[in-house]
Amino acid sequence: MSLEEPDDPLATRDVGVTEEGVDYDALADLLGDTVIDRESHVNAEGFVVRPDEVQDALFALRDEAGFDHCACVTAQDYDDRYESIYHLRKYDDPTQEVSVVVPSPKSDPVSQTAEPVYRTADWHEREAYDLVGIDYEGHPDMRRILLPETWQGHPLSQDFSGEEPQVVTLREHANPLADDKRSEDDPDTMFINIGPHHPATHGVLHVETVLDGEQIAHVEPDIGYLHRCEEQMCQQGTYRHQIMPYPDRWDYVSAGILNEWAYARAAEDLADIEVPEYAQVIRTMSAEMSRIAAHMLALGTFALDVFGDFTAVFQYAFRDREVVQDLLEDLTGQRLMFNYLRLGGVAWDLPEPREEFFEKTRDFLDDMPEKLKEYHNLVTSNEIFQMRCVDTGILPPEEAKQYGATGPVARGSGIDYDLRRDDPYGYYSELDWDVVTEDGCDNYARVLCRMQEVEQSARIIEQCVDLLEDWPEDERDIQANVPRTLRPDPDTEIYRAVEAAKGELGIYIRSDGTDKPARFKIRSPCFSNLQTLPVMSEGEFVPDMIASLGSLDIVLGEVDR
Amino acid sequence: MSSDNTRTTKHGAEIESTQEARLGEGVDSRFNSTLREAFGSTPFILTKFDQFMNWVRGSSMFMLQFGIACCSIEMIHTYAIKHDLDRFGAGVPRASPRQADVIIVPGTIVSKFAPRMKRVYDQMPEPKFVVSMGSCTISGGPFQEGYNVVKGAEEVIPVDIHVPGCPPRPEALIYGVAKLQERIANGESAPVTVKPYELEQFGDLEQDELVDKLADQIDEEDLVMRYNWSDSP
Repeated sequence: MSLEEPDDPLATRDVGVTEEGVDYDALADLLGDTVIDRESHVNAEGFVVRPDEVQDALFALRDEAGFDHCACVTAQDYDDRYESIYHLRKYDDPTQEVSVVVPSPKSDPVSQTAEPVYRTADWHEREAYDLVGIDYEGHPDMRRILLPETWQGHPLSQDFSGEEPQVVTLREHANPLADDKRSEDDPDTMFINIGPHHPATHGVLHVETVLDGEQIAHVEPDIGYLHRCEEQMCQQGTYRHQIMPYPDRWDYVSAGILNEWAYARAAEDLADIEVPEYAQVIRTMSAEMSRIAAHMLALGTFALDVFGDFTAVFQYAFRDREVVQDLLEDLTGQRLMFNYLRLGGVAWDLPEPREEFFEKTRDFLDDMPEKLKEYHNLVTSNEIFQMRCVDTGILPPEEAKQYGATGPVARGSGIDYDLRRDDPYGYYSELDWDVVTEDGCDNYARVLCRMQEVEQSARIIEQCVDLLEDWPEDERDIQANVPRTLRPDPDTEIYRAVEAAKGELGIYIRSDGTDKPARFKIRSPCFSNLQTLPVMSEGEFVPDMIASLGSLDIVLGEVDR
Repeated sequence: MSSDNTRTTKHGAEIESTQEARLGEGVDSRFNSTLREAFGSTPFILTKFDQFMNWVRGSSMFMLQFGIACCSIEMIHTYAIKHDLDRFGAGVPRASPRQADVIIVPGTIVSKFAPRMKRVYDQMPEPKFVVSMGSCTISGGPFQEGYNVVKGAEEVIPVDIHVPGCPPRPEALIYGVAKLQERIANGESAPVTVKPYELEQFGDLEQDELVDKLADQIDEEDLVMRYNWSDSP
């Protein structure tokens, strides 16, 4: 690579980049004969690729056209074929998207794996195999991921009957390194289970760990202990009202409104619904309140992991969460599962008397700088904390991109990626705030990132409160005109994402002309972020692995869905 | 106490050391409590031993630190500041099941987790009590129709108190725990001996199509749990 500045900036541009966005014809030329058909999705064009040429197409798109972020892999079962869709976008500009659609025959659903191109495809394809039943040729580890090993059938395929009995085993202490041992009397490795019931795994995560002395030789997260069929639930519900309660339960640490917004955004773009500006401001404000609550929990539990501190920091964080939850309860009527957003707006206007609500919010915001100072005193400037967190759990930015990491995890590795700014929605583009990035790539950077994001969220809320206070009384439209029964046009497909508390929360919906989605796929940020755990912790000590896990801030409801 | 250390209030009275202040005037009043007065001249209580044990059990319960899903967030709030479950003698959560009396089941139980939860429950020493928190542990809640969801905690372990809600507010959980304490103190909630759902060895299962199919994949010694989804409520 030459160190000289390139003369012509256009020469270094990726294929297919134009001033107006992506030029799909140029991409089609790039892919050449691998493309057998083209589809049009609402968010991007889709190229249909032969199942045995997936890697060629993806390598070309990654290396020549710069699509370095494999956001999601959606698998689905049509009447005549299986289909995997790779949703690609760019970390530099997520509005540039492309889908790679891979059909595979009903009789023999095999397609080539994308794992050598994007490491993140590893888990996504395992999930596709587990739930839909597509086999990926060349995949390094084709096993079930969410359901138990002994599960019969693939629940999201068309021929699955939910009535069948199932047998689930409880096997323990299997040593995954047993076969690799050089000799029978090699005493150096030891297998331990961390979880699924363990205070440091933030829920029901099971981490299979092989130790060499005190160091971690091999770590593998085993998920699926909270797989509650969220996708099936959403496919059973009608667009208008029955789906909205479920997003609250994906990322359940009070981040409900952020999740609801993911569904609202996808469905509104699918059905072409315009949301009134006033409702957008309310959404923005309440979403940022949710973000503060979620980050406070992340901070409190991280301190619990690192200090073993069930006292000061943890309780302070929960004290502040209570304040936010009170505000959100005033607004939405619930402490945790808000169900406040509606397609085309919000459920109701701000609580009366409005002045009281604004005053309470202002009080909360006024206390914020003082409280954050307190946290910095207690946590980030604490020597023990720094010893535990600085330079542990290193996640280099290239690895983070390979694994599709987003949110504070990516921003803590210096990747400047925030959908609120890069793929604007809501009222964010009208407001004055900054995207926080840290270059440390370690546990410390990720925590700093979250704490600074709380400051930014407070800034956003403040501006929203100012706007809402002065909003003329006769222009307070909280809801657009949406048909009672929503039936989007058949065979419309969309992938849309928002910046949730943990990162890019995306939703893929395919409609079939009825009032229920034919396929509803959730791209959860935690699912991708959790894949980076081996990168961060192999070769490190056990307590550093616990710290890394805490700094990833996963929520199992969202990992398993 | 040296005189130069004494401070005076604005009324001019001398403040003594904390210990002295606590003792109050006259004879040591700690021993002259209202309870003592109520006893009269005989400082003895007569009660049945069982009743006494029940009262002790209900007044000091160790909870298991056990988080599953959404409800566990509200459960943490119940333990944390503001609601502070410890006020009711229901303790700080214990991380090990071997130190716990009460398990709060806070969330959806799915097929893969049910045997693990059963195992955690089995590790708790008797007498042990179960509070099931939230709709999911009652019936599967909003996920009842899910292909992977166990329709209530009672399919796996016996439950003493159900707290409905999705999720229940911390106040509701406190009420549930208080009710459990009341029941224990009154001897209404007996230590559990009946276990409605046992883990089975794979070899013990009835030979049907499914078992035949799995026979070469699963060791006969393996513990398994069998779900008959169609029979579930």
